[in-house]
Amino acid sequence: MPLDATALLQCASIRAKAVALVASVALVVFAALLAAAGKDPLKAYADTLTYVFGNAYGFSELLVRMIPLLLTAVAAALPARIGLINVGAEGQLYMGAWLTTAGALAFSDQPAFVLLPLLTLLGFIGGGLWALIAGVLRTLRLVNETISTLLLNYVAPLIVSYFIFGPWRSSESSAYPESPAFVDAARLPTFFQSHIHLGLVFALTALIIYSLAMARTRFGLEMRAIGGNAEAARRLGIPIVRYMLIAMFIGGGVAGLAGMAEVTAIQGRLVAEVSPGYGFIGFLVSWLAGTSASGIVIMSFLFALISSVGDILQITQGVPSAVVNILMAVILFVVLGRKPTGSTA
Amino acid sequence: MNFALAVGVVAGSILSGTSLLYATLGELVGERAGIVNLGLEGLMLIGAASGFAATALTGSPYLGIAAAAAAGVSVNLIFAYLVVTRHANQLATGLALMFFGIGLSALIGRPFVGALITGLPRLAVPGLEPGSVGARLLSYDVLVYLAVPAALATWWLIFRTRWGLGLRTVGENPAAAFAAGLRPQSLQYQALMFAGAFGGIAGAHMSLALTLTWDEGMTAGRGFIAIALVIFAKWNPLLAVVGALLFGGAEGLQLQLQAAGADVSPFIMNMTPYLLTLLVLILWGWRRQFAAPAMLGRSFVGVE
Repeated sequence: MPLDATALLQCASIRAKAVALVASVALVVFAALLAAAGKDPLKAYADTLTYVFGNAYGFSELLVRMIPLLLTAVAAALPARIGLINVGAEGQLYMGAWLTTAGALAFSDQPAFVLLPLLTLLGFIGGGLWALIAGVLRTLRLVNETISTLLLNYVAPLIVSYFIFGPWRSSESSAYPESPAFVDAARLPTFFQSHIHLGLVFALTALIIYSLAMARTRFGLEMRAIGGNAEAARRLGIPIVRYMLIAMFIGGGVAGLAGMAEVTAIQGRLVAEVSPGYGFIGFLVSWLAGTSASGIVIMSFLFALISSVGDILQITQGVPSAVVNILMAVILFVVLGRKPTGSTA
Repeated sequence: MNFALAVGVVAGSILSGTSLLYATLGELVGERAGIVNLGLEGLMLIGAASGFAATALTGSPYLGIAAAAAAGVSVNLIFAYLVVTRHANQLATGLALMFFGIGLSALIGRPFVGALITGLPRLAVPGLEPGSVGARLLSYDVLVYLAVPAALATWWLIFRTRWGLGLRTVGENPAAAFAAGLRPQSLQYQALMFAGAFGGIAGAHMSLALTLTWDEGMTAGRGFIAIALVIFAKWNPLLAVVGALLFGGAEGLQLQLQAAGADVSPFIMNMTPYLLTLLVLILWGWRRQFAAPAMLGRSFVGVE
């Protein structure tokens, strides 16, 4: 992983060319589908560009959207380095948000400098433990982690719903059940009169630590050794089981931070839909980026932009925002069709 | 548990088990050819949306089923092209297919949100008094009646025909299949078309017989449960019937308890299918994996 700026830029520009090619093919295919459904794709694209790049606020919203994608992409990338497929960042995000809420409601009398670090820790632990379930089942050789993380994705939002419809239901809310609002001390700070929040710092820190740890530490070396050839690593005496559990816990924890940031910075309370599928998109971001840190940044930007297209379509043309999933899928199809067999994840 | 509740549970488990069974059978045939398709969830959504749309437009639920099967086949052909011809990673392609299905079904279903359809007609077994317990237990739509025969036919196809032998060989050792004069990639395409049709029908059964509405994301993870059921069934269509009934039963019980006003949170009950799936996989353990086709998940690049 290159760390000096020129190498990073060079790497980014090579990627940028490939990305631009793939994206334009996908945009054309998606436009054709929308046109077939009687919608105006060109207007949607133009509207998105005006909205996102037309003023500082639109652009800041794009950055806000990138935060959970960056975090959930790291959540998938770290386990992928030792050959574990963590498709469960969505559920881990929800459990991070859940445990954060438990802390925010229980310790609401604490000052911010105590409460925020505590909530960050709780968010990490919530997501980490949820991922650890899949990690333990895998290391006991009971259930493959792909299927267990996928199944657990459907359980976590139900736990959140159970709490906001039950024990944590706010007395004020009626139409949309939600938890009581967090105290100000439990709100993650935002910057520049926008919604850009401290989660961006979490995400960039996570990326830098991830990148440095992989390239420069014994931990990273041994992780890469396992990912490269697990049998050889085992014979060298590298504790594979321990690494698998650690990778799942940290990965899940980072996804939990995304959930923590969503509830403490954006919502200010626990809601039923903490995430519109960030965890799944994060997995794809990580996969497309080949688990590289710079690639994750580029791909998160691209996918944040794409999901803005979905919102614009919903607002201006009455198309369900889920339709934008087609655009993401077509990008993946094109990349997958180009890529030779059996790369990471 | 009283009698009416028991009847409700059995009827409910058969109804929700049916769509799971079709999905499981389709995935199973694909996996026998060595291809795991995580996009089953998306496939079912497209089946549900296109089946509903075709029914609302033509008024015939049977045309709806046909449309769902056709849509399933065409979408799975994209998947087949990527994983068989282009040797793309099966897990990533499957997830991409899931996204594709979420998006495409939302686009197809959008004009039909809130549309009223007459779903698949229920065909009572002749000779039963209307309204009796027997009539309640034995009056289902045509897809329910065909579900077990479909499982038997799939079993026969896989284990008793030359085509099935070829299919299994491709899943175990495509190079050997190639050397024996088979065309592994062509067989994989055929298996995935079969899987596409069954995945589409599975989705159509949900929108045309269970809910009678279209709702975004209505399959709610059943595609992943079906993938787990393939493991549960040890890649055997007959065991898939048992699995589908068991999981259908969990859903049927949950619906009946909710209708009976049981004092359990619906969210806790909604977790049961996923947790039960996980529990079964844990109990079955890793050794079940030995029943898996040897080349599952890897692509056959060719031996030329």
